[in-house]
Amino acid sequence: MARSLTYLRRKTGQILSDGIIYLFITLVSLTCVLPFIHVLAKSVSDENYVVTQQVVLWPKGLTLEAYRKIFADGSILRSFNVSVFVTVVFTLLGMVLTVCAAYPLSRRDFKGRTLFSFLFMFTLYFSGGIIPEYLLMYKLGLLDRMAVMILPLAFSAYNFLIMKTSLQSSVSESLIESAVIDGANHFTILLRVILPLVKPILATLSLFYMVGRWNTYMDALFYIKQRTDLRPLQLKLYYLIIAASEAFQSQPTDTGVRMTNPEVLKASCIMFATVPIVCIYPFLQKYFVKGVMIGAVKG
Amino acid sequence: MSDHLLKKKGPGFYLRRDWQLYALLSLPLAFALLFKYGAMFGLVIAFKDYKILKGFLGSEWVGWEIFRQVFTHRSFLKSVRNTLLLNILDLIVSFPMPIVLALLLNEIRSRAFKKISQTVLYLPHFLSWIIIGSLAYQLFSVDNGIVNAVIASAGMDRFPFLQKDVPWLFSYVVIGAWQSMGWGTIIYLAAITSVSPELYEAARIDGAGRIRQMWNVTLPCIRSTIVTLLIMNLGRIMGGSFERVNSLMNYATTEFTSTIPVLVYEWGIQNSKFSRATALGLFQSLVGLILVLLADRAAKKLGEQGLI
Repeated sequence: MARSLTYLRRKTGQILSDGIIYLFITLVSLTCVLPFIHVLAKSVSDENYVVTQQVVLWPKGLTLEAYRKIFADGSILRSFNVSVFVTVVFTLLGMVLTVCAAYPLSRRDFKGRTLFSFLFMFTLYFSGGIIPEYLLMYKLGLLDRMAVMILPLAFSAYNFLIMKTSLQSSVSESLIESAVIDGANHFTILLRVILPLVKPILATLSLFYMVGRWNTYMDALFYIKQRTDLRPLQLKLYYLIIAASEAFQSQPTDTGVRMTNPEVLKASCIMFATVPIVCIYPFLQKYFVKGVMIGAVKG
Repeated sequence: MSDHLLKKKGPGFYLRRDWQLYALLSLPLAFALLFKYGAMFGLVIAFKDYKILKGFLGSEWVGWEIFRQVFTHRSFLKSVRNTLLLNILDLIVSFPMPIVLALLLNEIRSRAFKKISQTVLYLPHFLSWIIIGSLAYQLFSVDNGIVNAVIASAGMDRFPFLQKDVPWLFSYVVIGAWQSMGWGTIIYLAAITSVSPELYEAARIDGAGRIRQMWNVTLPCIRSTIVTLLIMNLGRIMGGSFERVNSLMNYATTEFTSTIPVLVYEWGIQNSKFSRATALGLFQSLVGLILVLLADRAAKKLGEQGLI
């Protein structure tokens, strides 16, 4: 009797604490979702409802006017294209550099391994800083050029470290040795033997490069000054939020269509910049998690 | 091995044998040398009165004069204070969140629920600071923010979450904690999976409830992960993201927003005071480097895995 009572008490305690935990996680998760739903609702609502703050989570006076404006205004689409182009080229280049650095330095009998590894890793802990980097871009004539968003950050010591670690742990020396004995050169070994073995990590690092490039706007803010047509999407968003009317000054207002309120416009721009990431990341999440785990081994 | 054979393995030997590997390496090496070390060369202007027309070499040496100017500038101490303040508050709030969240997520048995909530919790990590900053203003601005609309409709006064100094400070910290909490759980969840189930079994037999199990089994078992991450974060206490401050700041709240990177940007890029801004940046990098090395030393002393 006493035993079943403790059992019962424990059971209720279990259910109660379960309930609290589920509730807490649900609430915290909601804080990550609701802001987006709110902005999404705003972006497709009529300006009058938005200005009077009647739109919370459900759109009122449904209209796609703001999105039509985004697509009509070439500058936002152009920024989107700049971002896509820069991200793709940057990711490809970054991966080539990472593999080229990691493969030689993952081999134990490579002369100068310690020195070169140190040269790469040192850049993780010490850098010239904002101004010397800015002046270097100036000297190299890269300011206001697309290349300034591609070349300087293309080599990432952090990604190099992850790549090197995973090559060392997943590729056996003997495998390479036997390929060498078979007369294969290192380029062939790398392309035919090594890279197929580490496909998941290649995917992971590509994603690190991709998302990092897509989201960073600091360098573009520093380096892209005159050429407003080279602003990537995040920088465009930055200027839109700072000066909400910037992109639409030249928009004709005599067409009988009311100017979309900046609030609705801002909301739709935020969604426009968010949706690409939100659409792809749930599918790629597991690769990221894998990368974090390898990166955590050291670094 | 004879002397003769040893001699044969000079640099030439390796260069001949592994030339393909060196060729591969030369590409990233060129990038690192040009863009990372090339920029470090520019640090000399912290000791020069840099004039853009005279260049790095032509500008006059002035010794420690620039540093003297920086250290005595009225904005300097404030920027150091703000950098430390933001990072310390961030550490206090942001550091424990993922641990708590990971402990709770670990208790969830429904796989679908766990998966969905994890996916949702990771989301903020994938968004740029400029998106998060814009979202924050959509929610919290005094006139247009929906949170303030709700507050107003409840009959209370609108609250300047982001448009007054002290509230801004707390909003900054809370938004940062929100952004990083989900992603931070990954490492702890992985550490938790390696805890032996027998320990929980034993604890249950001893009558330990859920909270006791978390406190007496899970936490001690992931202690080394916590300590390592804490030390790593302490090592970065002089760092700080330019983008995070930049995307959340506004002209009404300048008291706490002028961190070192923000001041470097204002001095250097907005006002072309290159030498002064470089010296300030160098000061930050050096202190940061020393702190990271100390943190590494501390982690190893405690028997944890080092950082470097």
